[in-house]
Amino acid sequence: MQVTTKRHADVLVVAVQGRVDYVNADEFRAALLPHLKSCRAGGDKAVLDLSGLEYISSAGLRVLMIAAKEVHAAQGKLVAAALQPVVREIFEISRFTLVFDTHESLQGALRELSPAALAALQSG
Amino acid sequence: MRIRFWGTRGSLPVSLAAKDIKHKIIEALLAADGRELGTREAAVAFVENDLPFAISHTYGGDTSCVQIDTGSDDYVLCDLGTGIRSFGHHVLASRGARTPCTFHVFMSHLHWDHIMGFPLFLHAYIPGNRIVIHGCHAELEEAFRRQHAAPCFPVDFSRLRAKIEFVTLEPGKRTRIAGLDVTPKLQLHGGDSYGYRFEHQGKVVVYSTDSEHKTDDVNATQETVEFIRRADLVIFDAMYSLADSVSVKEDWGHSSNVVGVELCQIARAKHLCIFHHEPVHDDEKISSVLQETLRLEEITRGDHQLRISSAYDGLEITV
Repeated sequence: MQVTTKRHADVLVVAVQGRVDYVNADEFRAALLPHLKSCRAGGDKAVLDLSGLEYISSAGLRVLMIAAKEVHAAQGKLVAAALQPVVREIFEISRFTLVFDTHESLQGALRELSPAALAALQSG
Repeated sequence: MRIRFWGTRGSLPVSLAAKDIKHKIIEALLAADGRELGTREAAVAFVENDLPFAISHTYGGDTSCVQIDTGSDDYVLCDLGTGIRSFGHHVLASRGARTPCTFHVFMSHLHWDHIMGFPLFLHAYIPGNRIVIHGCHAELEEAFRRQHAAPCFPVDFSRLRAKIEFVTLEPGKRTRIAGLDVTPKLQLHGGDSYGYRFEHQGKVVVYSTDSEHKTDDVNATQETVEFIRRADLVIFDAMYSLADSVSVKEDWGHSSNVVGVELCQIARAKHLCIFHHEPVHDDEKISSVLQETLRLEEITRGDHQLRISSAYDGLEITV
């Protein structure tokens, strides 16, 4: 499991790769949550780029719930994008599609969150 | 072992209303359009084979009561929810009122929905019967006596004519009871609950209801995995969706179908039976949860295939 970040204008893209299960959920939590501190009202918006996420268990989803709660409490914006088909189904079955706005692609998420961020992504 | 589910609903008994029956009949008639159903046999075959379970049947509304039948004359039950009433009638019909019977009951916990059937268990009123109630709560006897006392119920516990015994079990300690090796396990639930691992002639059944699992707690998860390790059947509280169980209903003491699949996959259990259905769910909703659970197992399967069922009042599973 790997978590990396990249900034596009006022949007922070947090990419998650690999598998998240009960064994590495703590590691995932420690890797993810600090990146979202700036995600609040008047601050950054954030996109979880899940294109590299192969599998996420309930323990990993619980971390995402904590992230969503923290960002929501700070009146920030956090969405998920580019879910692989298996992860999308796990989101649907676990009802996490009711927790996160999900987008087909990173571009689609940026288009909705911030035209400046989309332009920054497209320019390079 | 043959497992019979007498009550499978969580928290509160529910029943079908007139509108529910009407809906099922309309759907069945629409599905039957154009078919030749002129005989009872044809109608039965149509209902059994061609209608969805949620239309032709119901999951039922009685609260937790599960029988473990090893072929012994003594009866073994888990919990005394309202399902015990139907069980009692079944025993009366098969053995009559004058045959003394022994019942061993294993209590997950003492919340209302798990004890509320006992005052309507006819065998408790008949002399000669013996009822042994096993559990791990210090308040085991008190809870049953208090339920029978005024103003809750008109017949005091002292007027029950069966011989009723209370036995306190120790979590983690394997004990031989009624021909079964029984191991209780402490579970996460308000006021505590206990799961039971039953072993008999090489087969294992785990009864684990009213239990919340915080699967990011590695130690707790591994303990649960050991408890259900290679079980032939795991009866599992899947009352909530995962999202609800880690948000608005966190610490309410229940689990989800997603966690049930994960734990059984890790433990290489053979059969997961989702149980303790949410009382607000109708039959079609419970069926859709089962379909989603089957799909989850399929897309997350490694080299171990897990069988999955959804419990309903009247279901029998042989292991």
